[in-house]
Amino acid sequence: MAETGLGGLNPTRRDFLVKLAQGAALAGTGGLLWDYILRNEARAAPYALRPPGALAEDDFNAACIKCGQCVNACPPLILKLQPAGGDLPIGMPFYEPRTGACVMCPDIPCMKACPTGALSPKLKNINDARMGLAVIDIENCLSYKGLRCEICHRECPLKGKAITLETHPRQTSKHAMFIPLVHSDACTGCGICEKACPTDIAAIRILPHKLVQGKIGEHYRLGWTFDTEVTQDFKPADALPATAVDAPVPKTAPGVDYLNEGGL
Amino acid sequence: MSESPSFNKADALASTEKLHGRAFGARLWSWRYIVLRRIGQFGILLLFFGTAHWGWQVAKDVPLLTGNLSASKFIGLVPLTDPFAALQIFLTGHVLERESLIGVAIVMGIYLLIGGRMFCAWVCPVNAVTDAAGWLRDKLGVQAIFHLPRMLRYFILVATLAITVLSGLAAFEWVSPIGMTHREIIFGLGMGFTALLAIFLFDLLILKNGWCGHLCPLGAFYSLIGKTALLRVRFDKNSCTHCGECAKVCPEPQVLNLKKLDERGYVFSGECSNCGRCTPICPEGSLQFDFKPLIRSHNTQARVQADAIAVQRRTR
Amino acid sequence: MGLSRRDFLKTSVAGATAATVGMPLSEQAEAAVKAGEAGWQWDKGVCRFCGTGCGIMIATKAGRIVATKGDPDAPVNKGLNCVKGYFNGKINYGKDRLTQPLLRMTDGKFDKKGKFVPVSWEQALDVMEEKMRWAMKEKGPHGLSIFGSGQYTIHEGYTAAKLMKAGFRSNNLDPNARHCMASAVVGFMQTFGIDEPQGNYDDIEHTDTAVLWGANMAEMHPILWSRITDRRLTHAKMKVVNLSVYGNMSSDIADLEIIFSPSGDLAIQNYIAREIVKRDAIDHDYVKKYTQFATGPYDIGYGFRPKNADKFHTAAEMEIVKNEQSHVIDKWEAIGQRKKEGDVVEQKNAATPMKDWAISFEDFKTAVEPYTLDFTAAVAKGDPDEPMDAFKAKLQQLADLYCEKGRKIVSYWTMGFNQHQRGSWVNEQAYMNHLLTGRQCKPGDGAFSLTGQPSACGTAREVGTFAHRLPADMVVMNPKHRAIAEKIWKLPAGTINPQMGSHFVKIMRDLEDGQILFSWTQVNNPWQNTANVNHWIKAAREMNNFIVVADAYPGVSCKVADLILPAAMINEKWGAYGNAERRTQVWRQQILPPGQARADIWMMLELSKRFKLKDVWGAQKIPGLDGGLPDVLPAAQAMGYTPESTLYDVLFATAENKKHKWPDPIAKGHGNHVADLLKDGWFPEKALFEEYRQFGSGHGHDLAPFDIYHHDKVRGLRWPVIEKDGKWVETLWRNNEKYDSYVAKGSGFDFYGNNGAALVMGDLDKPGDPAKKVDISHKAKIYFRPYASPVEKPDANYDLWLCTGRVLEHWHSGTMTRRVPELHRAVPNAVCWISQKDADAKGLKRNDLVWVESRRGKVKVRLETGGRNRMPRGMVYVPWFDEGVLINKVTLDATCPLSKETDYKKCAVKVYKA
Repeated sequence: MAETGLGGLNPTRRDFLVKLAQGAALAGTGGLLWDYILRNEARAAPYALRPPGALAEDDFNAACIKCGQCVNACPPLILKLQPAGGDLPIGMPFYEPRTGACVMCPDIPCMKACPTGALSPKLKNINDARMGLAVIDIENCLSYKGLRCEICHRECPLKGKAITLETHPRQTSKHAMFIPLVHSDACTGCGICEKACPTDIAAIRILPHKLVQGKIGEHYRLGWTFDTEVTQDFKPADALPATAVDAPVPKTAPGVDYLNEGGL
Repeated sequence: MSESPSFNKADALASTEKLHGRAFGARLWSWRYIVLRRIGQFGILLLFFGTAHWGWQVAKDVPLLTGNLSASKFIGLVPLTDPFAALQIFLTGHVLERESLIGVAIVMGIYLLIGGRMFCAWVCPVNAVTDAAGWLRDKLGVQAIFHLPRMLRYFILVATLAITVLSGLAAFEWVSPIGMTHREIIFGLGMGFTALLAIFLFDLLILKNGWCGHLCPLGAFYSLIGKTALLRVRFDKNSCTHCGECAKVCPEPQVLNLKKLDERGYVFSGECSNCGRCTPICPEGSLQFDFKPLIRSHNTQARVQADAIAVQRRTR
Repeated sequence: MGLSRRDFLKTSVAGATAATVGMPLSEQAEAAVKAGEAGWQWDKGVCRFCGTGCGIMIATKAGRIVATKGDPDAPVNKGLNCVKGYFNGKINYGKDRLTQPLLRMTDGKFDKKGKFVPVSWEQALDVMEEKMRWAMKEKGPHGLSIFGSGQYTIHEGYTAAKLMKAGFRSNNLDPNARHCMASAVVGFMQTFGIDEPQGNYDDIEHTDTAVLWGANMAEMHPILWSRITDRRLTHAKMKVVNLSVYGNMSSDIADLEIIFSPSGDLAIQNYIAREIVKRDAIDHDYVKKYTQFATGPYDIGYGFRPKNADKFHTAAEMEIVKNEQSHVIDKWEAIGQRKKEGDVVEQKNAATPMKDWAISFEDFKTAVEPYTLDFTAAVAKGDPDEPMDAFKAKLQQLADLYCEKGRKIVSYWTMGFNQHQRGSWVNEQAYMNHLLTGRQCKPGDGAFSLTGQPSACGTAREVGTFAHRLPADMVVMNPKHRAIAEKIWKLPAGTINPQMGSHFVKIMRDLEDGQILFSWTQVNNPWQNTANVNHWIKAAREMNNFIVVADAYPGVSCKVADLILPAAMINEKWGAYGNAERRTQVWRQQILPPGQARADIWMMLELSKRFKLKDVWGAQKIPGLDGGLPDVLPAAQAMGYTPESTLYDVLFATAENKKHKWPDPIAKGHGNHVADLLKDGWFPEKALFEEYRQFGSGHGHDLAPFDIYHHDKVRGLRWPVIEKDGKWVETLWRNNEKYDSYVAKGSGFDFYGNNGAALVMGDLDKPGDPAKKVDISHKAKIYFRPYASPVEKPDANYDLWLCTGRVLEHWHSGTMTRRVPELHRAVPNAVCWISQKDADAKGLKRNDLVWVESRRGKVKVRLETGGRNRMPRGMVYVPWFDEGVLINKVTLDATCPLSKETDYKKCAVKVYKA
């Protein structure tokens, strides 16, 4: 009896359950697909540059309502919303420094226009914005070749802080080199340097920090930092525990495995 | 008895003339809600576009209407926020700024009063596309190939919220053709029109009223918050001849279950988008926009009147 | 440029094959580059921009410049360029290049109120000729004028000078170098009797100290600055001092930054002199043997209109302009000039500011005595937020450097000194301190004037395109000089007009009051670069006159013109420039000018064919010159000319000049569109250069022959270039026996420029008995020049100083560099730099659009509080490259009364939100 093949359920009831399961499967598959597309879209291109005050990428992706009020508020009209089918996550504001760098308005109108806080009102000073980080292609930078360019340095709104010049004698002539260096502690990522760079393809680019910035291990401090005086009133974390003396002998101990296995 | 048909005939003739007459004014009058809806849909788009591109403002540095349907600001003062988008963002775990909460309250307030799906028929730009698809489908006489339950949209609504929680991303906002359309018209063209094209073809060739009536979770959301609306289509069963014209034009015909309507005296389903197609089409004028608090008395009056006429007829 | 599609396919196929057999990618890339460079032809050239004079190499292919590079053999720049120089290859190719003569016309006829319509060269020259005849009929030779340039090629400047001075007998030819180097010229001429620096760029590698006085070399002479920086990094003793009225890029490597108040430099120089005297840091032997103390009058005005000023100026302007007649002594001037505060001084020597006389060393000591540290610090401190003690300490450190025995010092200046109401004085003060300490004309020691323009030295000064000049430092006012010029030019005696012509600003004023009716602009942009330009725009557009502007791109001057002539640019013609260290460098024509564009020299030669001797060499009336100019036609006929001879035949295509044939093997195949268009077989650039060379030879201005400069191995030569044993040898340090063959053996140093000159002895206030003269042959003069306050100072209404200047990325009025998309993108618009404190106080913020307004006009500009310049409170800086921010509507047309050079560095403005 085929009808009762499944645990003896009557056909109507079975039909209903199968349909439900099918529906659930459909919804589940569709939902998973949707979820997959969403996550891919959000991660589509991790090099999007966001307006000042933008939350960290995941939070920004979540919080941006895609309304474009920041775009309306941008005085130099450099902010754009990503249309469908582009390289970047859909509908969210971004700028491309080469064609339109952030001019760093002191009153941050884009951030003020954001209704959801995706551009966080915690940003009070535009100089504290961290939209990205300038990176120099030293192979194609004119200044690294010895030419007197350094436009990025001169045009930098935080000249002397975000971009400094280091001078070196040049080996092949009596002309010093003026080497631009970017400092992440001050660079806002506005991209005025990238826009201004005179090479055919910009030799200085803005990228999101996470794509370019390394990090020194927490376990180490650089030798020339001077906040490491000998502590005079050292406080031990804890005293030797009372149980230390008459603790039970364990069945095994570190190193035993190696010591007992294999020959010499 | 001899007078009754002539009375009815004259009335029917008049309404036919209203519908098909050569008088442009009369035709326009019968299309009044469609015209007004298009003005609403495109007017709002124009306000956004004009503010973004032509710098429309009400005073120096006070833009007229910034943003788009997801969130906007009117005359630099009144925030308006799509409550469904806000709900999704809330479910991602992000605490919204006060401005968008005020915006949600204002929009919710409006739609609680006038019916959530007023948005669908009067504001949403996709509606113009689905209307066009529906009109063309009728003209071409495209036959249905399969059916989907209209309840599906509520499942999609639930799925939207679930996926939002799961992915940490406002699930519908990332794929919404409504958002795409508005954004791309206001802020720059992309591939968003392909989504519109897909909807158009789906509605035209696959499923009648497929997007708005079966799939759109935003519409489903507004159906839910539109239940309490005060602006309603009043149903006067006494004059109704059950001719079925209304159901033919209604994009959500299930809301015109006349038996149930009779119990309440008005179209009570949140799924009614107050689109105003049925009211001019009704030859008897049995369907009329009205305010919910007044509906009972209006219906009573109508019944009294109808009774009076009936009595008159009988006494003759 | 670039690969053809076929080439590309070929190289990619080759690349693909190569890759499979393991050829490294870099070699593939190299091969592709090589393939792309096939057919490139290289030649040497010169950078088009600043006075540094970097050598470049130019590659052309199929009539187009495809690349340039810094010339590795050029001693100035050793293969490097700044970012403007990097774009030399692109300046010729802007989209709106002028390629057709354009004339204002209505219904096919010239109409001053008409719209520009393209016309043929024939039509253009016809209307020019007609208008020149009209101007000469109305006003004589004085009715004509040419705005010349420090960016002229040497040949062009020479042609213009000869055409105007020998042909039209008008001295109304003045270059934009008037705005740039005129004060330096007066400083040189008054002090040494000969123009241009004695030292050269090699001083940088010899010196211990570079003191910048109003020269932002980091931006304005970028390649020289890299040499100074290199010296600073590699020579332990090297110190760099930056004196400026605001903090700029040159401070970045400076050991000492001194922000002084406008005109405070006059006091600081005298303070240093006083310290040198007090500490006895004087090189007594040097001073005694080679110098003479001197001074001049203080009541010399401010270079405004001397007469009828109120007819042309508004009441607001007159508040300042009235100082031209009498000036009230302020408290600083009272001390610095030994007068009483509030004294009203009639400016009696406004017409004779150049007057000077000898004084004793004792008088000199008396004169500098008031310039104590306290006084100097009080008058000269430029940053109101800097503590007085800190400023005093800096002044002392500066004096210490000058007083330190054995320390080598080069003082550099550019526009900070030259564009100065007392620019000639402050130039002379620089020499004062160098001469007092025996630090002039020695390797690593000297006051060195840095030129702004690529040929301000080579053309404007050496050729003499100024209103008072003839070639080789000679002047039209000197009968001996005129006689020399007339001899070389084969003119009848008395042809050259002995009256000084109108200088640049005066040409503008003469246009405004209708004295000049015809003006021809060449290689510059007068209606953007002249101060108080609202007046001049109105004069050009509303007066009945005819304005011709030859330019490569449409700028402000073209907009006010009646006729626009499309000019060839550098590398579209043969040319030569002379840089700031007396280095003459040349280039060949590399490409053809586009469309109907032509070299200025061709325009002048064509025009000269249209005038005959009878038109110009008869008796001429000259306003202010008794008897006017004589009729020299009879004398001309005696010399073999006829009244029907054209100026072209008499001045240019002479039998002598026609000996220089075109084509010439020195061209190595390069073309010459001027010679080709003239079609009479001579080589104008070479012929005119060889003729010009005669002026300087044997007079301390010797140049090598044309062909020597074009030799493949020669990278310019520093004049005087002396032939020794068949070799042409340049001169490194003039007036120094070791290096300069003009210096008499055994003399050590010899300032021969003053040979034969004498000065009346006098005291600090006035010259003495005219009969008692001291001979100053072989000597330089040490001038005492006092402090004088700027004529317009900030007040309650106009509360800020305005300083103008350049930025590294743009050249002058931006007509070329703003056509380079990359440079335009880098610095698209001028901004107004202001201190954050001033901005805060005015409720303004960065990027705000503001008005900068003076008594004369206003412009809208965006505000900048950060970036490359650090403004002290009370001062703003606006660069002038941007015609959209025409800052010269705001600036004051006060000039140094001696040099007639405008002070663009200080006037009073207010800034408020637009």
